[in-house]
Amino acid sequence: MRASTSSLRSKDLLGIEDLLPEEIELILDTAEGFKEVSERPVKKVPALRGQLIINLFMEASTRTRVSFEIAEKRLSADTLNFAASGSSVEKGETLIDTAENLVAMHPEMIVIRHKYPGAPKMLADRLPNVSIINAGDGSHEHPTQALLDAFTIRERLGQLAGVNVSIIGDIAHSRVVRSNIHLLTKMKANVTVAAPPTLLPAEIGKMGVRVVHSLDEAIAGADVIMMLRIQLERQGKLSFPSLREYYNTFGLTPERLKRASSEAIIMHPGPMNRGVEIASDVADDPKRSVILEQVTNGVAVRMAVLYLLGGAHGSE
Amino acid sequence: MNLLITNGRVIDPSQELDASLDVLIEDGLIARVDKRIKANVETIDAEGLVVAPGLIDLHTHLREPGQEHKETIATGTQAAVTGGYTAICAMANTLPPNDERAVTEMIIAESRRNGACRVYPIGAVSKGLMGEALAELADLRAAGCVGVSDDGRPVWNAQLMRRALEYCTMLGIPVIAHEEDANLSDHGVMHEGYFSTLLGLGGIPAASEETLVARDVILARATGAHVHIAHLSTAGGVDSVRHARAAGVRVTCEVTPHHLALGDENVQSFSTNLKMNPPLRSAEHRQALIAGIADRTIDAIATDHAPHHFDEKNVEFDLAPFGIIGLETAFTVCYDTLVRSGVIGLDHLIDLMSCGPARIFNLPGGTLRSGAVGDVTLIDLDAKFAVPNTFQSKASNSPFVGKTFHARPVATVVGGAMRFDARATKPAKRKGKK
Repeated sequence: MRASTSSLRSKDLLGIEDLLPEEIELILDTAEGFKEVSERPVKKVPALRGQLIINLFMEASTRTRVSFEIAEKRLSADTLNFAASGSSVEKGETLIDTAENLVAMHPEMIVIRHKYPGAPKMLADRLPNVSIINAGDGSHEHPTQALLDAFTIRERLGQLAGVNVSIIGDIAHSRVVRSNIHLLTKMKANVTVAAPPTLLPAEIGKMGVRVVHSLDEAIAGADVIMMLRIQLERQGKLSFPSLREYYNTFGLTPERLKRASSEAIIMHPGPMNRGVEIASDVADDPKRSVILEQVTNGVAVRMAVLYLLGGAHGSE
Repeated sequence: MNLLITNGRVIDPSQELDASLDVLIEDGLIARVDKRIKANVETIDAEGLVVAPGLIDLHTHLREPGQEHKETIATGTQAAVTGGYTAICAMANTLPPNDERAVTEMIIAESRRNGACRVYPIGAVSKGLMGEALAELADLRAAGCVGVSDDGRPVWNAQLMRRALEYCTMLGIPVIAHEEDANLSDHGVMHEGYFSTLLGLGGIPAASEETLVARDVILARATGAHVHIAHLSTAGGVDSVRHARAAGVRVTCEVTPHHLALGDENVQSFSTNLKMNPPLRSAEHRQALIAGIADRTIDAIATDHAPHHFDEKNVEFDLAPFGIIGLETAFTVCYDTLVRSGVIGLDHLIDLMSCGPARIFNLPGGTLRSGAVGDVTLIDLDAKFAVPNTFQSKASNSPFVGKTFHARPVATVVGGAMRFDARATKPAKRKGKK
């Protein structure tokens, strides 16, 4: 039996790597309660009333930024969005200085998206009185994405333990895959990653996953097929020869999908490149695709994370 | 300058000496090493201390001229004597680079004026470190350069490397090679392996160094020239040097204390003081370096002392410049990593940090033989050294801050003059009446 817990150990959420299985379970269980809030006519609870949350997005984002903002508003927090463009970052202000200036205005939490790995940790190490939530740092981690993926899998398949998850695409440059591997292996799911060798990072197998170079091999026996975005700017350089060849070898089409179990669900963290890593017929398959459910669940999961970390700032 | 050092344990690997002896320095040179020397000169009692030929660093970035906010010749040499160094080799990548006589002369003049230890300039291989045309190597040699290097970047053009090696056979100086294939490094910021995958940081594969080491030992064989491999960090690099040496190629090499003491697993802290080039490698490479030390494939330990301003390092890992300081911690880190752990004896460590560097770059010192320069380092093997967060160096970008090591240099004598003295003051002998 796994010990249950009622709080998170850290003031920050920097990555899944730092979480215990019971903390992951706590977040997912808490999210179940919050999912119901989003279905009410009045989608708001007073949990974080009076708390200030700054969304510090130093890199472009649609889904994650909007999802966090909605989660914050449904918890009645005051929110402030900060984007790198149009700020003093363009005048050369360092991340530390920017963050320290924001902290001088007494936020309880900072949600940060940054193009460089370790940026959230750098803030967390230097800012003891504010919670830092990693909304994606370079190719390192994207913990709330992995949590919403796990929530979606659990909701659909009833559990995480023993589930076969295959992740296909640009593994080398994906923060989503790293957080997912940490989470799924901690929760005893079986993870396979599939990509051409040029899109796999060094020694990925040591993270406890099966590595294959064939889409067919990856999807055979999978309960969950998670497709990753191929960054278009990488084509024709050194990662792979062309989008056409990629689609022919690793693109998920209805034809290829016939080799998978008819029960398997299709996931994608977005943004999708239709016709590159995934065919529209698959992405829009109402029975199998859970891509929009992932987005819906993202709000509930982020509410849970904010709520659990917000407790660290209870009235003093 | 005259100085008598008495009662110390003299360890001089150049003469296979390890005994309790006195050392007499006269007019800045070693006069003799003997038992109970009597001389009417200033005398220091080295009882309980090791007396070694002064440490020599083959690889220091002094930053002057041009980047005096990071380090100056005055502060860099002060850091050197604090770490037990009596001589250092100053790398050419200053602003402007040391690619012409005027810069060499400036460095030598400033060292004489404000330097605490000897400074031997390294000249550039190519004009402007651009890797296109040879610098005026004979003029640099004549001005006092003891080797040439474009360190900080590789000599990417193999024909330029070949010509530099050929030309230097005429000058009797080594070409010091920074071995890195920039295409393979591909803007990486740490060693490529499990931890770069875990952290999502761009990787610098071992092959980036290993391919260039292989190229340059082949070029050294073809030209008969002396190539010195700087900051060797990979198993494959050590293998290439070992095989080439066995085949009679004139190749020498150095490793840094940090590549021996630390590994890529440490980068999980995202501390920018763990970012250097070549990067901290994985355990297998580290073990290969230690094996290369043990079987004497590796000739020297060099610091690659690379000071950076606090502000430059106080940024995201990807944005921070490569490099850490090392002069003030090198001996103590190596003593713990190599001697206390039982890999090599103290005499071998002194050889790697003093005699070896002098031998391969043909520098004065590295020995206590009569007539040699009067450069001596006194080491307290019983000292514990908690690395502080401020240094004699202008910079403090050290991964060893806050760590405690054993053994440290406590006095540094350059040409018979005491340039650093941190010996514990002994309680005055009481003339107690009974």
